[in-house]
Amino acid sequence: MAPEQASMLSQHAFFKGLAPEVIDLVASCAQEIEFSAGQYICHEDDQADQFYVLLQGHVALQISSPGRGARTFLTVGAGEVFGVNWLVAPYRWTYDAKALDDTKAVVLNAVCLRHKCEADHDLGFELMKRVMPILIERLHICRIQLLDLYLKQN
Amino acid sequence: MSIIAIHKCSPTDTLDMQQMVPKLARVKSYFSDAPDVSTLEVEMADGVPVNYAPGQFNMLTVFGVGEAAISISGAPNGARLIHTIRDVGAVSHALTRLKPGDLLGLRGPFGIGWPIRAAHSKDVLIVAGGLGLAPLRSVLYHILAHRVKFGVVTLLYGARQPEDILYQSEIAYWRESCEINVALTVDHADVKWPGRVGVVTQLIDQAKFDPQNTLAMVCGPEVMMRFAAAALVEREIDAENIFLSMERNMKCAIGHCGHCQFGPNFLCRDGPVLSYEKLRPLLKVKEL
Ligand SMILES: Cc1cc2nc3c(=O)[nH]c(=O)nc-3n(C[C@H](O)[C@H](O)[C@H](O)COP(=O)(O)OP(=O)(O)OC[C@H]3O[C@@H](n4cnc5c(N)ncnc54)[C@H](O)[C@@H]3O)c2cc1C
Ligand code: FES
Repeated sequence: MAPEQASMLSQHAFFKGLAPEVIDLVASCAQEIEFSAGQYICHEDDQADQFYVLLQGHVALQISSPGRGARTFLTVGAGEVFGVNWLVAPYRWTYDAKALDDTKAVVLNAVCLRHKCEADHDLGFELMKRVMPILIERLHICRIQLLDLYLKQN
Repeated sequence: MSIIAIHKCSPTDTLDMQQMVPKLARVKSYFSDAPDVSTLEVEMADGVPVNYAPGQFNMLTVFGVGEAAISISGAPNGARLIHTIRDVGAVSHALTRLKPGDLLGLRGPFGIGWPIRAAHSKDVLIVAGGLGLAPLRSVLYHILAHRVKFGVVTLLYGARQPEDILYQSEIAYWRESCEINVALTVDHADVKWPGRVGVVTQLIDQAKFDPQNTLAMVCGPEVMMRFAAAALVEREIDAENIFLSMERNMKCAIGHCGHCQFGPNFLCRDGPVLSYEKLRPLLKVKEL
């Protein structure tokens, strides 16, 4: 067990309301991690074996395109998570993530977490219930961004 | 006996006529906010100050081109008459090309603005998207001039991209002054932008206020306002304490022609600011 990580996770919005024994299960896959401003946390197409629970700082999620360079499509901050790619095969990052300022997170080992979810479907379902609203919200954000609401109509 | 009824002018007709005639104004100063957005400070040629409330608008005329409804974005004490204009068509283009000393026509102020009095002693949440910050800047000026009358004041502002953020130096100043909380986001950005990327409704999720004692004022594109209002209701602010500034084409601006009709409301006369409680059912009607 990892009591420090368990305490950090239990205070995070993503894990709010989760029973202590379930938190302990998750915490056994967890490790605290820090990134300095400007540091890349992951790169597109790398193996997505981490799920990040942000405690402090901000992270920019970016995609690069030839001629336009990198564009940030979303930023996430303390109280949020990123890296839900850990749930869906082939478990690869679909963007680059870069710390915008000094950032603290709990990183969950996705291989460990996937095994635990396979072994305990209640845990898997609890995590799914928390991941789904985030995916739906991000899909909604993406739709609004695509509408380009502030562009003049002519 | 004659069957032709002769209409005699009543005092109200005379008043309406006066409101239909533009007065002469002159551009005092000009500032380019963004590639297609300019801010004009104007003064009345007769020197008589125009008193207005935050959220009201004027009809500005470029002679030989036409007239457009433009919100007043200055401090509501009548001293400075400021308009921020985005070049979207013939009239707005001509307005953004005016330079200090140029003459223009001005009718107004018109409409019912933001419910400032109702916000006294409450937390105030100001949610702006794009050019929607212009009519809300008057509110911010008013609040800053009477800061003790309000609780926690938060500005949440979303723009298309960093270059389109209005009033950048003022926003930086408000941030530093700590008199109000400020959170910004843009829809898209390159890697040079150190701030948030996402939509303004995400900022609502993170804002700190007491939902039972908060008044929210929202202005921006209609889709943005719909989702922002829904997010505010989700955060347990009553629909009657959420106010939106609506936009429809204006012609007379005094409740006669019906161009600005939105359901049972003429927005020039009954709005442009209305409560979400009133607007909610109307916003569901497509093409209204
Ligand atoms: C109460 C009220 C307050 C307003 N306040 C401001 C303000 O502070 N600053 C400001 O710049 N504008 C404001 N507007 C909008 C402004 O009145 C219109 O942009 C203007 O009338 C357009 O006239 P035009 O001749 O330039 O363009 P038009 O020839 O009438 O339109 C040209 C094109 O622009 C599009 N268009 C028209 N209006 C808008 C709009 N609001 N946003 C995006 N695209 C549009 C049209 O669909 C058309 O495709 C306000 C409108 C209302 C009703
Ligand atoms: S613009 Fe004529 S009724 Fe409103």
